[in-house]
Amino acid sequence: MTPRELWTSFYTMLRKDIVRMFRIWIQTFLPSIITSVLYFLIFGTVLGSQIGEMQGVSYMKFVVPGLVMLAIVTTSYANTSFTFFASKFFARSIDEILVSPTPPWLLIAGFVGGGMVRGILVGMLVLLVSLFFTGLHLAMYNVLIIFGFAILTALVFALAGLVNGIYAKSIDGINIVPTFILTPLVYLGGIFYSVHDLPAWWQNITYANPLFYLINGFRYGFLGITDVSLVTSIGILVSMVVILVATNWYFIRTGLGLKQ
Amino acid sequence: MLALTVENLKKRYKTGTEALKGVSLTIPAGDFFGLLGPNGAGKTTIIGIVTGLVNKTEGLVSVFGHDIDKEPERAKARIGLVGQEVNFNPFEKPFDIVVNQGGYYGIPRSIAIPRAKKLLHDLGIGEKMMQGSMTLSGGMKRRLMIARALIHQPRFLILDEPTAGVDVELRRGMWDYLRSLTADGLTILLTTHYLEEAEQLCKNIAIINKGEIVAKGTMAEILAMHESAESEKSDYRGGRLEEVFIKLTQQK
Repeated sequence: MTPRELWTSFYTMLRKDIVRMFRIWIQTFLPSIITSVLYFLIFGTVLGSQIGEMQGVSYMKFVVPGLVMLAIVTTSYANTSFTFFASKFFARSIDEILVSPTPPWLLIAGFVGGGMVRGILVGMLVLLVSLFFTGLHLAMYNVLIIFGFAILTALVFALAGLVNGIYAKSIDGINIVPTFILTPLVYLGGIFYSVHDLPAWWQNITYANPLFYLINGFRYGFLGITDVSLVTSIGILVSMVVILVATNWYFIRTGLGLKQ
Repeated sequence: MLALTVENLKKRYKTGTEALKGVSLTIPAGDFFGLLGPNGAGKTTIIGIVTGLVNKTEGLVSVFGHDIDKEPERAKARIGLVGQEVNFNPFEKPFDIVVNQGGYYGIPRSIAIPRAKKLLHDLGIGEKMMQGSMTLSGGMKRRLMIARALIHQPRFLILDEPTAGVDVELRRGMWDYLRSLTADGLTILLTTHYLEEAEQLCKNIAIINKGEIVAKGTMAEILAMHESAESEKSDYRGGRLEEVFIKLTQQK
């Protein structure tokens, strides 16, 4: 395929997913906004008033980056895992792409692109919602770092969702990872607290959680405060991208979970 | 020029089932070729391997000279597939399904849209192209799959039981349409359980049974295998091809 044809194929996959997500916006965008409103009400307004400040900023402002990150992580993951699984399991429409000359890496890019778009859009919507709870005043220490981390995080979790979507053999298979792995890692990754407030043994466990580095890097972009080095956070994100791209490419190339 | 070359093709599934036991066949460009065999004979496995949906265990496959292992993109670009099962998203419109399929082959929307409209109109689903595909009848779904397979103007069209569940009148309409495609130079590989369909359409055929080709040749050569005296003895009342088919597949 020529570069122009490759672009057309990528655009087709991306456009199809974006049209789908806007057609069923009540299912794709609204739930994350409602969930974030509940978080802001409970953790920010109710509990936050009891906690006061954390690392020198109001508790509400402290939790905003983590909640935006939570929305990006869960949405980008769910989008690719579900759309890919649905296309191979229900009606087998993934064959439309598999029989075409679209190469494996482009198929990955198409599905991941859709997950990233939805993750970023939901993240922006949650950020807009947070303005209502922070009195329309939200610090942005470094916009470049905020967008850089948001895009990299959406990429990582869209890739992870694709691995799950390819490998899953049943609908339960795409729910197990978010329920038993992703959600605990996100909650224990420092959305609602600073790692320095934890006992030493728990701090050590937290350092092994990759989500902790993403949330801290993102929080640094907003507040200029972080528990770990920014370089470490970026290094972990990039390493995850490399591992997940290689895994997806291997799966699609060999047809694991796709071809007989 | 050969549209399809298959040499010593073998497929063993993880379950241990040996679906193909060294199949070899060639299809000349412009041919209307019939691949016939009973259920589970290996027809769909061959098609799956040629189109990249099934991994082969051993053997060589090339499409218009392009090896499917070394040049998969070039080989795939020349094939259009109408699979055995309905495999499109029922929530999408026929128009979108066909236009998007063009996109996967690198055809921009500006070209794919008029082409899709023409194909859908030619196949008699123009009026329904903006409705959800789930509202289409069985025959319309089959025709939608043909339109989707033709959007990138392939040189080699593979039809895996395209008229299954289609009524007689509609089937004859589809035959005429397929004949018009071969007249334009398209090569067609057809699998079907309607042997009178193969007899009507195909120039050359191969009969496969239990993963092996048991007969191949021109339609006239295959039909010449018919022995009327034998069929009269067995009180058989089917067509000549059907009789040869049963004789060959029962022997195995």
